[in-house]
Amino acid sequence: MSGYLSSLLAMLSINVVIAYAVFMPASAGLLNLGVAGFVLLGAYTAGGLSSLYELPLAPALLAGALMSGLVAFIISFAILRTRGIYMVLATFAFAEVVAGVMLNIPALGGAAGLSVMAYAGLPVVVPCAVGTVIFVAWLMRTRFGLSVRALHDDESVAHLFGVHLRMTQVVAFTVGGAIGGLGGGLLVHQFNFIDVQSTGVLFSIYVLLYVLMGGTQTVWGPLFGALFFTLVPEALRKASELDPSLKFLEGGRYMVFGIAVVLLMMFRPQGVITRTMLEQWLPRRGARRQA
Amino acid sequence: MQLLQQIVNGLMLGGILAFVAVAFTLTIGMLNFLNFTIPALFMIAGMVTWALSSAGPHWLGLGWHWVPAAAVGIGAAVLASLLIERFTYRYMKTRFGDATEHALPLVSSLGFLIIFEHLAVSLWSSDPQRFELPFKITTLEIGGLMFGIPHLISLTLAIVLVAILKAVLERTRLGRALRGIAENPNASSLMGIEVQRIVPLVFVIAGALSAFAGILYAVSYGTVTPFMGDAIATDAIAGMVLGGLGNIWGAIAGGLLVGLVKVLAISTFGAEIEKIPVWGLLLLILIVKPTGLFGQTQLGKGKF
Repeated sequence: MSGYLSSLLAMLSINVVIAYAVFMPASAGLLNLGVAGFVLLGAYTAGGLSSLYELPLAPALLAGALMSGLVAFIISFAILRTRGIYMVLATFAFAEVVAGVMLNIPALGGAAGLSVMAYAGLPVVVPCAVGTVIFVAWLMRTRFGLSVRALHDDESVAHLFGVHLRMTQVVAFTVGGAIGGLGGGLLVHQFNFIDVQSTGVLFSIYVLLYVLMGGTQTVWGPLFGALFFTLVPEALRKASELDPSLKFLEGGRYMVFGIAVVLLMMFRPQGVITRTMLEQWLPRRGARRQA
Repeated sequence: MQLLQQIVNGLMLGGILAFVAVAFTLTIGMLNFLNFTIPALFMIAGMVTWALSSAGPHWLGLGWHWVPAAAVGIGAAVLASLLIERFTYRYMKTRFGDATEHALPLVSSLGFLIIFEHLAVSLWSSDPQRFELPFKITTLEIGGLMFGIPHLISLTLAIVLVAILKAVLERTRLGRALRGIAENPNASSLMGIEVQRIVPLVFVIAGALSAFAGILYAVSYGTVTPFMGDAIATDAIAGMVLGGLGNIWGAIAGGLLVGLVKVLAISTFGAEIEKIPVWGLLLLILIVKPTGLFGQTQLGKGKF
């Protein structure tokens, strides 16, 4: 595989992992505009352990995910006190606080960023992405997944039917945080570098947008979103390289993404992949047995 | 003296933040809509003004006098703001009957933020551009303290505009209509208020406020970039939350407070600390007292 394709595939895999970090809370109706915070926590924990303490890659990644998950668990109680716009703002503020803390740990490089030696590469990144998708798909098929879906569709009705609101939300938020931490660990070991600047507000915005673009009703939405967000701008860039008359696509490639988001919110606000769409496309479980 | 100067610097930065915070708080208070395109409007005004007023090979490099350039910059931002109104708030209102209860307008406004910023990148590249100052003196010395003139203008203008806004809201027929919409758009519509015609006004005001702030920022710091709005807007959001969502005087106080905390923290602990006090304070406020420092009731009730 050429270097170009493999780096594209690695980027795609990392984007997929981080997409599920936003999807987990979003599937329970919680908008997280602070995924950069969890990614940074995971990246600095994993990167710090592997570069300063020479821990092997696997335990370092695990530690990064656990750290983010733990922090997500602790702050979820505070953040879940807020709702709607306030919750969006609280997650946003959380990410900024994490960025601020990371900037002030000199051992982790401070403003200059953290460089690590260990390299993840495709054999680590791709299985992690596939594993994340399978794990979330499994989780959403359990009883917990059913509660999450119920919560997403109607909080009050879910509550009336005995869904434990707070617990479901805390678990969804925590799992999301842990996945974000994993994504961060992969990010730092794939590029051998992480800094606060490149993982800031815009990063959180992009991830939230491509997840909502894919749709939060089913587990396949974020996958679509990550594919679109990774491949479409890249294809536009490639096109502008091949043909000089398409040069304008180079600078405007993220505009296409923005326009797609705006149009989608107008015509299909539930996202590209919806539950009814999947039901129409895929044979229903058990349907064949009845026939 | 050193400390006093730092306090002045903080309030100067806060003057610009207050402007943007008022724009944010207005759309939230009136429409319950967190308008994330405000940083883009801020940027459009700054960049268009720069592009028109400096002669050069770049797009729109016409070398105009700065007054018409700034006027066109503000106009462009207001037009962009109306475009957002058309495609986020109004569209969702007509299609779903209610644009306030879900996150759709917020998400659309994030989409618009990306569109406008990358439009600016493809027109003018992402490099910071030097803004040639139209005036020679930009600081004023009073009793040994240095005051930035653009900042002073910003702060004074913000206070004057908010006073006018407040008077309009409290005294006039239009203000009563606006307060009605803030309280309950459907009931206002039943009472004969033309909601669809008044809502764009909120966007015009928010756009003009952000545009003013963008130009004042460009003038006082001397550079413009397609992403110049991001950092200012995040601080302004912090200011808005500290002041209480929808509370316009609170936004001014919050903006000043954020500027002050930021500058004092940087001068005491160094540049790297800046995010922690502001955002830590914000997170704390959101969790402990989400109505802001000045004790407001909930959104949509008795804001003005």
